[in-house]
Amino acid sequence: MTGILSLITFLPLAGVAAILLLKVLGQSGERADGAARWIALVTTLATFALSILLTMRFDTANPGFQFVEEIPWFAGLSYRMGVDGISVLFVLLTAFLLPICVVASWKSVDKRVQEYMIAFLVLETLVIGVFCALDLILFYLFFEAGLVPMFLIIGIWGGKNRVYAAYKFFLYTLLGSVLMLAAVLAMIGVAGTSSIPELMQYKFADWLQPWLWVAFFASFAVKMPMWPVHTWLPDAHVEAPTAGSVILAGILLKMGGYGFMRFSLPMFPDASTMFAPLVFALSAIAIVYTSLVAFRQTDIKKLIAYSSVAHMGFVTMGIFSGNVQGEQGAIFQMLSHGVISGALFLCVGVVYDRMHTREIAFYGGLVNRMPWYAAVFMLFTMGNVGLPGTSGFVGEILTLTGVYKASTWTALVASTGVILSAVYALSLYRRVVFGEMTNPALAQISDLDRREVLIFAPLIVSTLYLGFQPDVVFNITGASVEALVGAWRAAVAG
Amino acid sequence: MQQLVTLLVFAPLVGAIIAGLFGRRIGNIASQSVTTGLLLLACGLSWYTFGQWTWGHMEPFTVAVAPFITIGDFQSAWSIRIDGLSAVMLVVVTTVSALVHLYSWGYMSEDDSRPRFFAYLSLFTFAMLALVTAADFMQLFFGWEGVGLASYLLIGFWFKKPTANAASIKAFVVNRVGDFGFALGIMTVFWAFGTIQFAELFPLIAAGAGKTWSFIGQDWPLIDLACVLLFIGAMGKSAQFFLHTWLPDAMEGPTPVSALIHAATMVTAGVYMVCLLSPMFEYAPVAKQIVTLVGAVTALFAATVGLAQNDIKRVIAYSTCSQLGYMFFAAGVGAYEAAMFHLFTHAFFKALLFLGAGSVIHGMHHEQDMRRMGALWKYLPFTYAVMTIGTIAITGVGIPGVGGFAGFYSKDTIIEAAFAASEHNGFALFAFVIGIFAAGLTAFYSWRLAFMTFHGTAKWGADAHHADDHGHDAHAAPAAHDDHAQDAHHDDHGHGHDHKPHESPLVMLIPLAVLAVGAIAAGFVFVEFFVGHHENEFWRGAIFSAADNHVLHEAHNVPTWVKWAPLVVSTLGLLVAVWVYLLNEGMGARLAARRGPLWTFLYNKWFFDELYEATFVRAARFLGDVFWKVGDQKIIDGMGPDGVAAVSRAVGKRTGQLQTGYVYHYAFVMLLGVAGLLSYALYQWSR
Repeated sequence: MTGILSLITFLPLAGVAAILLLKVLGQSGERADGAARWIALVTTLATFALSILLTMRFDTANPGFQFVEEIPWFAGLSYRMGVDGISVLFVLLTAFLLPICVVASWKSVDKRVQEYMIAFLVLETLVIGVFCALDLILFYLFFEAGLVPMFLIIGIWGGKNRVYAAYKFFLYTLLGSVLMLAAVLAMIGVAGTSSIPELMQYKFADWLQPWLWVAFFASFAVKMPMWPVHTWLPDAHVEAPTAGSVILAGILLKMGGYGFMRFSLPMFPDASTMFAPLVFALSAIAIVYTSLVAFRQTDIKKLIAYSSVAHMGFVTMGIFSGNVQGEQGAIFQMLSHGVISGALFLCVGVVYDRMHTREIAFYGGLVNRMPWYAAVFMLFTMGNVGLPGTSGFVGEILTLTGVYKASTWTALVASTGVILSAVYALSLYRRVVFGEMTNPALAQISDLDRREVLIFAPLIVSTLYLGFQPDVVFNITGASVEALVGAWRAAVAG
Repeated sequence: MQQLVTLLVFAPLVGAIIAGLFGRRIGNIASQSVTTGLLLLACGLSWYTFGQWTWGHMEPFTVAVAPFITIGDFQSAWSIRIDGLSAVMLVVVTTVSALVHLYSWGYMSEDDSRPRFFAYLSLFTFAMLALVTAADFMQLFFGWEGVGLASYLLIGFWFKKPTANAASIKAFVVNRVGDFGFALGIMTVFWAFGTIQFAELFPLIAAGAGKTWSFIGQDWPLIDLACVLLFIGAMGKSAQFFLHTWLPDAMEGPTPVSALIHAATMVTAGVYMVCLLSPMFEYAPVAKQIVTLVGAVTALFAATVGLAQNDIKRVIAYSTCSQLGYMFFAAGVGAYEAAMFHLFTHAFFKALLFLGAGSVIHGMHHEQDMRRMGALWKYLPFTYAVMTIGTIAITGVGIPGVGGFAGFYSKDTIIEAAFAASEHNGFALFAFVIGIFAAGLTAFYSWRLAFMTFHGTAKWGADAHHADDHGHDAHAAPAAHDDHAQDAHHDDHGHGHDHKPHESPLVMLIPLAVLAVGAIAAGFVFVEFFVGHHENEFWRGAIFSAADNHVLHEAHNVPTWVKWAPLVVSTLGLLVAVWVYLLNEGMGARLAARRGPLWTFLYNKWFFDELYEATFVRAARFLGDVFWKVGDQKIIDGMGPDGVAAVSRAVGKRTGQLQTGYVYHYAFVMLLGVAGLLSYALYQWSR
């Protein structure tokens, strides 16, 4: 099975090559666009199939890295790839969401289709690369390069204010990138290696750890995003095309959480302990603050974007809780949010494609003409609210349980999030779906078509399946999380 | 037996899925038949299980269905726990649910989304069964919020009514406030005892007594803290004082829903939870006092508000709220058995009253305001008869030492237990006094309802005058129903009722008859099992009483005046009601028209809604706006990206075309920068 990670990572580029070949051959117009869509779909589905194979072959008893590949590069750097229990499911999540994005863009994107598909395929390669890279430099390259296609997706296929949104996105990220790069270079200089497994064993000096921690934190906190560096996210979501929002919320935000677990905790354990209260405070603020802001939004997408920030607050506090329940909950919450928030953005996309507005006030009474849509939207609203039986519940209760051990104050404040999420999510649903249909523009709106049912079906199944059988995730992540928590405790104690 | 109870629990779920997903394809009759049939099956199996438990000496057991969450000590499994408590609840839930399913064939016959309605009803039943058979806190919480979802969906069933939508959200959110405490309670239990499974937890409790626990910077008695937090959840679900505001509004839902969810089953989940956790509460003296106090205050508060309401369903809703208060203070004084007994009898007579009210509303063409009823006994004789039985049952009519209706046995046991416990529990005497006083109020408002509806002069004819004061809530209901049922009987509505009230069809009367039998007999048939001589053999350890808790025993030996007091007080209540609403008809309306301060206070439900609107709701809106428009836009963006943009624009004027505004240029520059830095670093190392 050696080589499967590289295959999964770079397979989407084969699709890119195929689309480029079309372009080189001078194909354009409707038929070429159609071909580009099919190429993208087949490529992403093949990647998904491979990542299922990867997950099935994954040895759940082994806490270390598996499927490791190592090819010496130059100057002491290596091309190193590998996955453990923490990263393998993010590979699966990415590969799962990409085909859905392609199908979701099937009709709604009609300009520069070839370039659009190329952007998504490149994005897939880079994001999977982030989760597989075992070399610090390689990770950094994937991590930063991943922004470029996202950037283009917003900037080219986005809405009216796309330039402002892309600019904001860029500015925030730049701040993090520069600091992180400095830290990366310092780490390699001090430890003499760029291998992530080796760095995880290396003990950085006590005075250095806080500096490195803060530098990484700057980058990951922007990505999550944590309060108060979250304001780029609502704008980016509002301007991004539907599939762009799905990837942004579903996967790109998770790179921050993954980064904390891969770097901050194992490499700077003392600093992580020291800064944990800061993270708790920011997480608790994020949950209350952004939930209240979400409640007041008039744009459907902005509301969901703010609710994403609140849900990421649960993740960050879980990660720094320092116990198995919190870490498992954080990973689960990221996976679950990837599915649910992706689905919610797709729900917005369904009505946006028909009416070209995201104003809440424009809608109302959709259930009268769109009963199936109403049912699907209800399911994901309940997932967003964290109703038991959906995957949203499991992550919330576990991160709260985890953080309770570390700080009861944080648990208390964060728990109000379960009340506030009900407030904003149900009021959104009520204003859009329930009531009389008073707007005459909606009189002919149609219910979900087959393509849309096809998009939602896998997301519905995942939400419910993970909600009732979350152990399938914990079985895979268990060994690595135990090792992570054990190493952190040992490092702090020692 | 294991297969039988598994079938029992999952049968309603199967019905819900079939009716919910394929209802439109298979049609109304098929959807109704499937759900009702499966519910009747579940009901039969429940009674079989209950019979095996009560007379067959079946041992408690747990069916492991599937794993759920397994992380270290945090272990939960999907399971079906059968013991004395769950056996009682199975019977209550499936019986009322099956009857409500049947009743809805008639009540909802004009509705065009019946499959959805029956699917929700069955979904609710499944969630409730999951709740009562849970063997650990996670499944309990699943059922807990699952019934909340079903309640939300059913209150908002007529989704075109704005009032229904508002009420459904209110119910969900207020319940979430309770669940906030519940969740923190579960976390406290988990970290203090290292398990969330009841069977593992309960033996550890005694060792935890007297320990303290640090929570939000304070040291608290561990078990008291855990119990109080968990009890907050019970307060939300069972609509206790402070968290009660959602229950009256929940009457926006169809009446069968009110009978099933908001009277007989879901709202009693909090009582069930406290009894289930009796092994914890027995070691939590402070928590027990709080439970007693909250229960007693609720019993009084809701009874007073019930005096002044005009909407027939709201009166019964406040009555439910008040009776739940009785159950809680029973549990608070340590008489868990009495609480469960009242839960059991209350399910019969309260479901009866609600379904009877539904029959009235149905017969009156969706009129709910009692001021526009009267003299209905001639037109709805059967409904009149069973409602009278229900009223006798709830007012606890019976002769000590001889016998009486269902409520007599359970309510009197509670009042006697409160008296007996007054030595150990500081609030028990208070609860006893309130229990007596509220019994009088109960009698008054229950008979008031009966007299205004069935006796006196008819106020619904074509020439009927309209009461000056149309309660806003009472007014909204029929008007909104017009929107909903746009079919044939549209012209029946509005203010000119041409049609005479009519008795309901047989399919609605049969459930009423069954419940009437329960309201008469549930007390004397089961009193010996629940709280009498066979009490120990009946519960077989499902309810735990500490070594010094003899409340139930002492309750049987209270002075004679204590035993007679409830009867005297409820007779007084009856007499006052007779005087005001029968002998001097119109006196009640005149009193109300004067709008005295007491009446205003009660009519407006102690102004709780106004208070919450002025504080929590407004604060949430205000803070949301401030965080958004000031926090995010002015401060964070102003100092962050927008500030940088302004500076760079100023610089850009001088440097000309550098600032092009196109994102790809930024991206490109960024990449160049990264590449440059990397190359430099690589160059340094490779030297």
